[in-house]
Amino acid sequence: MFDRPGGGGFRRHGPRGVIVLLVIVLVVLPLYVDAFWLQMGLFVFAAGIGAIGLNLLTGTTGQLSLAHAFFLAVGAYGYAYFSGTNTQIGGGVEVGGLELPPLLAAVLAVALAGFAGLLFSPIAGRLRGIYLGVASLSLVFIGQHVLLNARSLTGGFYGRDTAPFSLFGFTFTNEDPPLTVLNVPFGQRERLWYLGLVLLILCYLFASNLLRGRPGRALQTIRDSEIAAATMGVNVRVYKAAAFVLSSMYAGLAGVLVALAFQRPVPDYFNLGLSITYLAMIVIGGLGSVRGAVVGAAFVTALPQVLTHYSDSLPFLAQPGESGVGPAEFANYAYGAAIILVILVAPGGLAGVFSGRSGRAAHARSTVTSPSPEPNSSVGDGLDRNDPTGTASSVTVNKEARHT
Amino acid sequence: MTYFGELLINGISLGFIYGLIALGFVVIYKATEVVNFAQGSVLLLGAYVVARTHASLGFTLAVVVGAAAGALGAFLIEFLLVRRPRHADPIALAILTIGVDIALATDLTRRIGQRVLSFDDPWGNSKVDLGPFTVPQARIAAMVVSVVLVALFFTAFKYTSWGVATRATAEDPEAAALMGISRGRVSMVSWIVAGALATVAGVFLGTSPSPGLNNTSNLTALNAFPAAVVGGLDSTEGAVVGGLLIGVVQSLAAGYNDQLSFLGSPLGDVAAYGVMLIVLLWRPSGLFGTREVTRV
Repeated sequence: MFDRPGGGGFRRHGPRGVIVLLVIVLVVLPLYVDAFWLQMGLFVFAAGIGAIGLNLLTGTTGQLSLAHAFFLAVGAYGYAYFSGTNTQIGGGVEVGGLELPPLLAAVLAVALAGFAGLLFSPIAGRLRGIYLGVASLSLVFIGQHVLLNARSLTGGFYGRDTAPFSLFGFTFTNEDPPLTVLNVPFGQRERLWYLGLVLLILCYLFASNLLRGRPGRALQTIRDSEIAAATMGVNVRVYKAAAFVLSSMYAGLAGVLVALAFQRPVPDYFNLGLSITYLAMIVIGGLGSVRGAVVGAAFVTALPQVLTHYSDSLPFLAQPGESGVGPAEFANYAYGAAIILVILVAPGGLAGVFSGRSGRAAHARSTVTSPSPEPNSSVGDGLDRNDPTGTASSVTVNKEARHT
Repeated sequence: MTYFGELLINGISLGFIYGLIALGFVVIYKATEVVNFAQGSVLLLGAYVVARTHASLGFTLAVVVGAAAGALGAFLIEFLLVRRPRHADPIALAILTIGVDIALATDLTRRIGQRVLSFDDPWGNSKVDLGPFTVPQARIAAMVVSVVLVALFFTAFKYTSWGVATRATAEDPEAAALMGISRGRVSMVSWIVAGALATVAGVFLGTSPSPGLNNTSNLTALNAFPAAVVGGLDSTEGAVVGGLLIGVVQSLAAGYNDQLSFLGSPLGDVAAYGVMLIVLLWRPSGLFGTREVTRV
C-alpha cells in the first residue's frame, strides 16, 4: 500500500509533460473561445477544486460525505455576506453585508466553511462508514432550510447578488481597468477564467504534496484500518477532523468561485443533487486521486452543458418542449451509468484507466475504501479471507458485533 | 387538542409508511451490508406502474402488479449489479446504488414530467370521523395495511427459512455459509421484499392528503433514511419505531409551523433530519442498532 502515494504517482506514471501542455492550452484558450466555453471552464475549475476536497475526505480518508453541497453554500454565501453591502432586493427583503474587501471576504468565507466542517467533526468522528454518509445528508437538508430562511444573509429563494472580485485594485469585471490582450477584450469571464485556473493549480499542488507526505499516508492508513493507524501512532480523531476541515475549505473555495460565476447564487443550486454530483465526480475520476478528481469534475460538469449547447445538432436529443430524452436527462443517464461502470469494472476510475493502474492497485482500492478492517470477502464462498492488500496484516483485527 | 390528535394520527400513519420503506433499507442492509440509495427510485417505479395500470386493471390488481414491478426492479439491481463485484466493499456498492438511482430516477421523472398522477384509490378524498378527530380515510387505510404488512414481515422474518437464513447471515456470514445458507439467495429475497414494500409505501405517499404521485415523490421517500438510521440500520424493530418517530415529529413540526415560525418554514422535512442528528450524537448506531465493538 505504501508504495503508492495517493497523489497519483506523478514521477512514475509521469504525464507531467501532458499536464504542462494542458495548462498552456488552458492559458491561451480565452483568446479563442466564446463566452459559453469561458463560463463552462469557470464551473469546471470550481468543481475541480471542490472535487479535490471531497476526494481528500472520501477517497483518501474513506469518510463518505454527502454534505459537500452544504459547505459549498457556506463558501458562496459567506463570500456574498462578507463582501456585500446592505441593500434592498426584490420582494421587500433586505440583505446585510460587511463590505469587506473581496480578497479578505473570500479568505474569510473559506475559513468559515472550514469552521463549519470543524463543528460537524464531533459527529463525524463518532460515526463510521455508511452512518456518516447518511448523517451527512442531514447537513444538506438543514443547510437548504437555513439558506431559504435566513433571508438577511442569503436573500432567500432568489438568492442575492455577489460583489465582483478584485485583487489589489484590479477588478474582475468588464472594465476598471479596461484590458485588451492581443486584440481580445478581457472582460469579466476572461479574468475569472484565469483566477479559477490559478486557484485550481494551487489547490492541486497543495493536495498532491499533502498526499505524498506524512499526512497523506496517515489518512490512507485511517481509510484502510483505523486500528492499524492508531497503533502506528496516528491520532485518528485529529486526522479525521483535519480531513473534514480541509475538505470543507476546498468546498468553500469552490463555493466562492461558483458565487462569482453565477453572480447571483440561489439556494436551490446547493441541493442534494449537487452533493451527489460531486460524489459522481470523484468516483468517475478515481477515488483517492487528485488528478482523477479534476478529470471527473471536468467530465461531470461539462457533459450536460456541452450536450445542451449542441443539442440542435445531436439528433438523439429532444428539443425543449418535445417529449423524449433531453440533454440534461441524457447527461444524467451517462453519469449514472458511468458510476456503475466504474465501480463494476474499473474501480480506479478514469485516473486508473489512463495510467494503466486499473489492475492491482485499483482492485486493492475497491476492497479497502471502508474504514472497517473486515474484508468483505465472504460473499458466496464465505471462506476466502485473504486480504488482497495485506494492509491489516500488521495487526490482528477481530471485529465483533454484540447486541446491546 | 383535536388538532393535536389529528396531527398525531396523521403522523403515526405517515410513520408506518416510512416504516415500510425503512424496513426495506434494514432488510437489505442486514442481508448484504449495502445501504440501498436506489430505494427512492424503486418506490417511484412501483408507484408509477400502479398509476399507469390502475385504469385497466382496477386499483387492487394494479397495486399487486406495481409491487411485482418494484420487486422485479429491486431484484434486477441486485442480480445484475450489486452481486457482481465479489470483493467490493459495502460503501462502494452504496455509491453504485446512487448511480442506479440517478439513472432510474431521471428516467421516471422524465416520464412523469409535470403531471400529478392519481391512483383512483377506493378512499379518494373522503374523511372519516374517529371520535372527535377527522382524518383522511386513506391515512387510516395506510395504517391498517402497513400494520398488516409489518406483522407479516415480522412473522416471515421469525419463522420462514428465508427469515432465519437472513438473520443468520447478518449475525455471522461465514458460519451461515458453512451451514449451507446461500448468501446470494438471502440477498435476492431481501431485495425483492424491499422493492415490494417500497411500492406499497409509494402508493400511500400518493394518496390523500397528498394530491398524487409526482416527479418528486422519490425525494419524499428519502425521509425514510432518517427513520432507518434513527432506529438503527440493522434493526427491523428499529425501522418501525424510527419510522413512527420521524412521522410523528414531521407531522407535528409541519402542523405547528406557525407557532414555531422562529425556526423558519417549511419545518416538516428538516425536522426529520434534525431528529436524526440528535439521535446519532447520542447513540451513533441508532436507538436499536448493534453497536460495533472492535477488539484488537
